[in-house]
Amino acid sequence: MTSESIASPSPFAAAWSLCRREIVRFLRQRNRIIGAIGQPIIFWLLFGTGLTGVFRTSGQGGSDESFTVYFFPGTLLLIVLFTAIFATISIIEDRNEGFLQSVLVSPIPRWSMVLGKVLGGTILAVGQAMIFLLLGYFVGIHMNAVQLLSIFGLLVVVGIGLTSLGFWLAWRMDSTQGFHAVMNLLLMPMWLLSGAFFPIPTNTSSPGQWVLSWVMTLNPVTYALGAIRQILHAETTPSFLGGETTGQFWLPGVRLGVTITILFAIVMFALACRAAGKTRRGDWI
Amino acid sequence: MISPRAVSIENVSHYYGKRQALADVTLSIDPGEIFVFLGPNGGGKSTLFRLLSTLMPLAHGDISILGKAVRTHQHQVRQQIGVVFQMPSLDKKLTVLENIHQQAALYGITGTVLQERTALLLKKLELEDRKKDIVEDLSGGLRRRVELAKGMLHSPKVLLLDEPSTGLDPAARQAMWRYLEFLRTDQGVTVILTSHLLEEAEKADRIAILDQGKLVALDTPDALKDKIGGDTITIRSRQPQALIKKLQDELNLSASEVSDLVRLETEDGPATIRLIMQTASELVDAITLAKPSLEDVFIAMTGRQFTEEVSP
Repeated sequence: MTSESIASPSPFAAAWSLCRREIVRFLRQRNRIIGAIGQPIIFWLLFGTGLTGVFRTSGQGGSDESFTVYFFPGTLLLIVLFTAIFATISIIEDRNEGFLQSVLVSPIPRWSMVLGKVLGGTILAVGQAMIFLLLGYFVGIHMNAVQLLSIFGLLVVVGIGLTSLGFWLAWRMDSTQGFHAVMNLLLMPMWLLSGAFFPIPTNTSSPGQWVLSWVMTLNPVTYALGAIRQILHAETTPSFLGGETTGQFWLPGVRLGVTITILFAIVMFALACRAAGKTRRGDWI
Repeated sequence: MISPRAVSIENVSHYYGKRQALADVTLSIDPGEIFVFLGPNGGGKSTLFRLLSTLMPLAHGDISILGKAVRTHQHQVRQQIGVVFQMPSLDKKLTVLENIHQQAALYGITGTVLQERTALLLKKLELEDRKKDIVEDLSGGLRRRVELAKGMLHSPKVLLLDEPSTGLDPAARQAMWRYLEFLRTDQGVTVILTSHLLEEAEKADRIAILDQGKLVALDTPDALKDKIGGDTITIRSRQPQALIKKLQDELNLSASEVSDLVRLETEDGPATIRLIMQTASELVDAITLAKPSLEDVFIAMTGRQFTEEVSP
């Protein structure tokens, strides 16, 4: 045999190429851009304005901030959640449209494929969240460079965690319809019960509040949200790094928030890689 | 040093649940062959394709490609095979060039090598002026050419194609075959394809006929037809019935009328034609001699008609 040298692919270059593909595809589908950033903004404007009156009288949040401001970090996270998840369910489309086949028989390791998808989703998600962050400037949410960079870094980690979660869930699915059920039953509650909408109660005298408090405490998204909220309010919050209990509510601190968020991202990425390493029937249908 | 077989398949079986899709298939393919797996839908050829392309893990038996076992050297096998799927694997939202560059990243092809190969493939497949088009806007024939470019980008020594003619018009089909023959002759590529089209299998160097998961025949198209033996003579005549009668009465040949043509089967075609022309030339407008078709081969091997299903 001729000893022709055979090129070996670099897993990182392959991942980067797959990631760029995600971004190009996204930009060529206008409706996806509108859906991913439009819906959270509408949520924010409607709930923010609509609930501000109620919010003020009950004195939540420990300060006289409007609900528009209180709801701001939650909206930020919702944008990341929506974009990240929708970017990864494209793996279902890739499978059904046939593109995935050629990736599966190529000599790249499966983790490289996962990395490409996750990176692509994360860049899209964080990109859109940062645009929204600039919008916050107009409602009086000002921040310095350190705050901005911290939030950026944190959102990247959250993005990796959520895209990996999306990938892990979507890998075994054959239809995007099936994914919508998961979206409603798991992902939306994860966001609603993260403190995005209402704070975590510390008064657990009633069983309902006790369950709520526990679910919220176990929800990994709670910690990302807590950290973002704390960073945004850094100037007014003396207990910047520790947790905070204000009146009847608890908010995780930055250190805990960042740690849990990083752990969540690592675990989810590992799960996604493990799932992708297994062949499944849908690979060849 | 003896160069290894392009593909060697040994005792390969496959089950989907309890249903057996492949039953103990053994065969080998030489380097530089154009080899067709022929069979009706459900015959097992797609299963074999999935196993050869490493899309599906091998459960029973052994497959090696260019001397590397699929089971143990999956990575090396993947580097050396080009795969063209029946279902398009192009990203429809990307341009032709973007699709090719995506594929290049998966195979580690960069820089000038990528430039040169892309230019060469686009030229050979006549895609140069379409390279900036979004795949979505291309016709089926053009898309298949992009698929071929994708599959050949890393210069594989073995090219696998699953039902490559599906959805192509005759002109596009011919163009594809010209390219496959060029690959074989010019670059020594072993071309392996699956097909459910009998006329396509005629163009192969060798054919394996798969039916109900079993290998029922394996040889060159001519040898397969020779095994059945005999020739078919078809005569166009203005008076078919008169001709049939004359052949029966004077030469003791039994012929029949099939869609306005007189058709008969015989052991020695040329000799029979000579006889017919000596005795009944006034009734003959045109006479043709044909070897048995692959359809006849299939019928002889399986006892069933090769019912060609319409592909979606």
